[in-house]
Amino acid sequence: MTRPTAMALEYFLVSYRRTWRGTIFSAFVTPVLFLLAMGKTVGTYIDARGGLEVAYLDYIAPGVLASTGLQIGIFEGSFAVYSAFHWSRCYHAMRVSPLSPSNILGGHLSYAMLRVALSATGFVLVMTAFGSIHSATGVLALPVAVGVGASVTPLVFAYSAVISTEGLFAVLFRFVMVPMSLFAGVFFPVDAMPAPARVLAYLSPLWHGVELCRAATLATSTAWGVPVHAGYLLLWSVAGFLIARRVFVRKLTD
Amino acid sequence: MSEGEPLIEARRLVKRFGDFVAVDGIDVAVRAGEVFGFLGPNGAGKSSAMRMIGCISPPSGGSLRILGLDPVADGPAIRARLGVCPQRDSLDDDLTVIENLTVYARYFGLPRKIVRQRAAELLEFVRLSERALDRVEPLSGGMKRRLTIARALVNEPDIVLLDEPTTGLDPQARHLVWERLFRLKQRGVTQVITTHYMDEAEQLCDRLVVMDHGRIVAEGAPRDLIERFSTREVVELRFGDSPLESVIAKLDGVGQRLERLPDRILVYAEDGDTAAAEVQRRRLVPTSVLVRRSSLEDVFLHLTGRTLVD
Ligand SMILES: Nc1ncnc2c1ncn2[C@@H]1O[C@H](COP(=O)(O)OP(=O)(O)OP(=O)(O)O)[C@@H](O)[C@H]1O
Ligand SMILES: [Mg+2]
Repeated sequence: MTRPTAMALEYFLVSYRRTWRGTIFSAFVTPVLFLLAMGKTVGTYIDARGGLEVAYLDYIAPGVLASTGLQIGIFEGSFAVYSAFHWSRCYHAMRVSPLSPSNILGGHLSYAMLRVALSATGFVLVMTAFGSIHSATGVLALPVAVGVGASVTPLVFAYSAVISTEGLFAVLFRFVMVPMSLFAGVFFPVDAMPAPARVLAYLSPLWHGVELCRAATLATSTAWGVPVHAGYLLLWSVAGFLIARRVFVRKLTD
Repeated sequence: MSEGEPLIEARRLVKRFGDFVAVDGIDVAVRAGEVFGFLGPNGAGKSSAMRMIGCISPPSGGSLRILGLDPVADGPAIRARLGVCPQRDSLDDDLTVIENLTVYARYFGLPRKIVRQRAAELLEFVRLSERALDRVEPLSGGMKRRLTIARALVNEPDIVLLDEPTTGLDPQARHLVWERLFRLKQRGVTQVITTHYMDEAEQLCDRLVVMDHGRIVAEGAPRDLIERFSTREVVELRFGDSPLESVIAKLDGVGQRLERLPDRILVYAEDGDTAAAEVQRRRLVPTSVLVRRSSLEDVFLHLTGRTLVD
């Protein structure tokens, strides 16, 4: 990270000083509630029918971890970015300093990734407490969750930069985030879906993240091999970053 | 940069937004230590010009050099030496007063120790030391503006750009800002100020350009402009509800020039009292007569046929 980018990041860290308590709390409490409700309770019924090779709790936990990476990334890239352009206008404050639009984007994205990493860490610790990590390779689920965040967050930054009303976030949440969280293999194998839906799942970065996370915590193999899944996440990250950079340069230069 | 070269030099500078021409070929040169003003009504192109000088908006035409550098190629290097107080606030309401300064200072790569020391000095300078640890949100408009000005000084800039530094402030708050800006000038800091307040331009600027529709319509020191484009004094006549057309016909030949506004008639004259006496002699009975010195407002009215603040 270049020094100007680090200075942009510093601003977001200073702001975070006022809100970190709440985020730490939810980084632990949310996974506990989720794993109790879905993993333990719903899991009891599912395990009784015996359709999966592992306990339902252990099946969904890595999936929900990947999906946490997605959700925190989208969350940090939506209203926060919109506000930085239109409400707090902190991007404009940075813009008149020596920082460039790329520095500004880089600093804010790094902050978003730190937030993803923090929530993912909380999640992995909770999973450990629930006994859902079956292998030492489980620690690799953490970078994967960050990778899922990295694959979508730059595009969400770009989206937030171009929309002219915050009402359009509902579109992002309802038609992208929620369907992806539900149908990309987090709660049930995508094989259970008809072919067109399955193709959509394969296209979503989340499914690739779920495959990698599950393989890491259960010490199993992935559907298409680690390089394909990891490469796909990387592709989205890089392409997303290039798009976001273009958008930021345009939006912060007139 | 050679000795004596202007800090800011614009030639035929143009800014277009699509087909719309916001800045239409202006020539500007600002020298070290000078306080230079852009004066003009809403939409004249003042902010567009400032943003080009601030190296965040590339020129659409003409040439621009700032501190001897090219704003497009050397943007970050130039911005490192500018202090900017933008027209629209960009303070962080949730941070404290001092955090707003320190975080911003870091964008310039200043070490923490210097940042802390400078922030304390600047808060003293804009008289916000007591509020250092308060959140920004509840501060008054005047205090926020002063904080923005302090923030613009945090890198000890060679040039300070102030886009409407006192718009929206009450008279007392404005005077405090003016007084601080005057202190800056005494320290030799070069300033570029935009305003649509005539009194502000007269108070602060050594030299200014009057802008209208993206063009410069006059340039000079405030006093020179008044001498060149107006008379020494002005008589403002109001006639209540009576139609002004009939009155103005009877004023023919009084003073050097007449100007009819919707609610009053202005008589331009070297000696206002003589002109006022002539009005009385012609048996006109204005509801009010005000003799005052000519101001930049009159210059603007003369040059554009419009009043500045409507
Ligand atoms: N980014 C932009 N895109 C399109 N048009 C713009 C843009 N910025 C400014 N303009 C237009 O250019 C013209 C000049 O605007 P500018 O903000 O420079 O005026 P100004 O003199 O600063 O006015 P004010 O006193 O209201 O601040 C206006 O008509 C404005 O609508
Ligand atoms: Mg303006």
